[in-house]
Amino acid sequence: MDIPSLDYQPIILTLQLAAVTVLVLLVIGIPISWWLAHTRTRFRPVFEAIVALPLVLPPTVLGFYLLIILGPHGWIGKPVEEIFGSPLSFTFTGLVIASTFYSLPFVVQPLYNAFEAIGKDPLEAAWTLGASKWDAFWTVASPMALRGYITAIVLGFAHTLGEFGVVLMVGGSIPGRTKVLSIEIYDRVETLDYSQAHLLSAGLLSFTFLILLIVYYINRKLPIHVS
Amino acid sequence: MNLLSAKFKLVLGEFTLKVEIEIPIHGFTVLFGPSGSGKTSFLRCISGLERAPEGFLQIESETWQDEKKGIFIPAHERKIGYVFQEMRLFPHLNVEENLRYGLKRHTPQNGDALFSQIVDIMGLGSFLSRGSRSLSGGEKQRVALARALLTRPRLLLMDEPLAALDTKRKQEILPYFQRMQYELNIPIFYVTHSLNEVLQLIDTMLLMDQGKIVAAGSVEDVLSRHDLGRHLGHTLVGTVLDTTVVRQDKEFQLTVLKFNAHTLYVPRRDVSPGDRLRIHIRAEDVTLAVAPIEEQTSVLNVLPAQVIETRPSVEDECKVDVKLDIGCHLLASITKKSLFHLNLQSGQNIYAHIKAIRMAHEFD
Repeated sequence: MDIPSLDYQPIILTLQLAAVTVLVLLVIGIPISWWLAHTRTRFRPVFEAIVALPLVLPPTVLGFYLLIILGPHGWIGKPVEEIFGSPLSFTFTGLVIASTFYSLPFVVQPLYNAFEAIGKDPLEAAWTLGASKWDAFWTVASPMALRGYITAIVLGFAHTLGEFGVVLMVGGSIPGRTKVLSIEIYDRVETLDYSQAHLLSAGLLSFTFLILLIVYYINRKLPIHVS
Repeated sequence: MNLLSAKFKLVLGEFTLKVEIEIPIHGFTVLFGPSGSGKTSFLRCISGLERAPEGFLQIESETWQDEKKGIFIPAHERKIGYVFQEMRLFPHLNVEENLRYGLKRHTPQNGDALFSQIVDIMGLGSFLSRGSRSLSGGEKQRVALARALLTRPRLLLMDEPLAALDTKRKQEILPYFQRMQYELNIPIFYVTHSLNEVLQLIDTMLLMDQGKIVAAGSVEDVLSRHDLGRHLGHTLVGTVLDTTVVRQDKEFQLTVLKFNAHTLYVPRRDVSPGDRLRIHIRAEDVTLAVAPIEEQTSVLNVLPAQVIETRPSVEDECKVDVKLDIGCHLLASITKKSLFHLNLQSGQNIYAHIKAIRMAHEFD
């Protein structure tokens, strides 16, 4: 049997996409989770439902709307095209935006749960000890929510790795730009190149299993902090 | 002397807190009253954790809140210490890190002298490196108190700090509270339900009920106000006396106390002659007799007294409150029928039979 030569481009692209997406998701996910955990608005269930939508929505539906919004006539794509000369659809940036929506609940849920479990009590203690809200967030809430952070990062990363439908709608399959691992596997199967499909699938399976395994081990070691 | 001037109006659902007070703060001031009377809300308003829409708070000349001028100093900029009922130690930090959390934010440099002093007062030297989870409830509360003290507060707020502890642990921690007050002289607002804690610690009492302050004054004065029975509960209306331990009576297992020229016998307590003991005599535990029937009664403590005045009870229609002079005031609660039979007049000499004495061991 021939040892198939592997095309690394989709793998690297996929890892890049997952890494960038997780970073973006932390930047926007932390404030969203924090706000959700502490808001007193009675519309909280509405926001919870919006955040959870990508969990149950068919990726093609999400991808379809994103394609329209990010495309050359969309209300984000159009101004972007006017300024930068190209729309967001079928670009890496477009993929990052799409993945951010797609993986949002996987980052927000663990953080939200962690912040909610911690509650306000330790924060109030920190405030009375002279810590500002910002200070108390970093020195009390965040260390206490460490498990939530790790879970959020790993789930966000792993979920983005396996993205397919949304990418297909928004990014297509341009080698080196938008052709990620799952699309590559799909293409290989389409062209009946089962040996490559096997290799990539098994690789993705093992890798994903491995990082989840590591996380569950770390989480077992970390204490749960609830007040 | 520090003066605290506060005025808050705060609506929380069904409950309304409405307080207005100006008092000198020194020593222990207790906020006393039934649960749901607004004691904790009042503390939270003082600390800045709660912002009353109509609020004014001034300590000495520093204004912390004045909604009319739009002034509200946030909690972390107020020089207060807050000790919570549930301690709220940071679980991800060890004891020393917990203690230093507030210290380094208030005293970034040269905090070590204060650190050693407080650790010493609270007896925490041996478990600085322990995790906060491994401590007992009493130890946690000492750490929480030390942590608050290390911020050098102008005012220390303690919200039922002993409520989560059993009786034995409470007795263990009370001396630390007294020592802290004695050595650091920080004014303290202390929320409690416990008469024992009041007797052992407290100088001034703010009695709260239904979101309002209904009385303020010395513990002795407030507890002897018969008109406050409705707010205090009839088991608390009575007389607080500062007594001195004379000797232990080994034969009958009693402790002999003295106050003014009177001698009182109480069940034996673990105290030494010369110790001060603050006692509480409930008005309903005092019965009156016109003759000294010491020989024919099982009551141990009979004191000669003079009637000052009698007043119908606010709380109970069949009762009368009698104010007596025994060198100081003693409050008795008797039925109207008894009053009629005894035919008590102001100035009349009678005998007060004290059926029960409640006490607390006072640190000296």
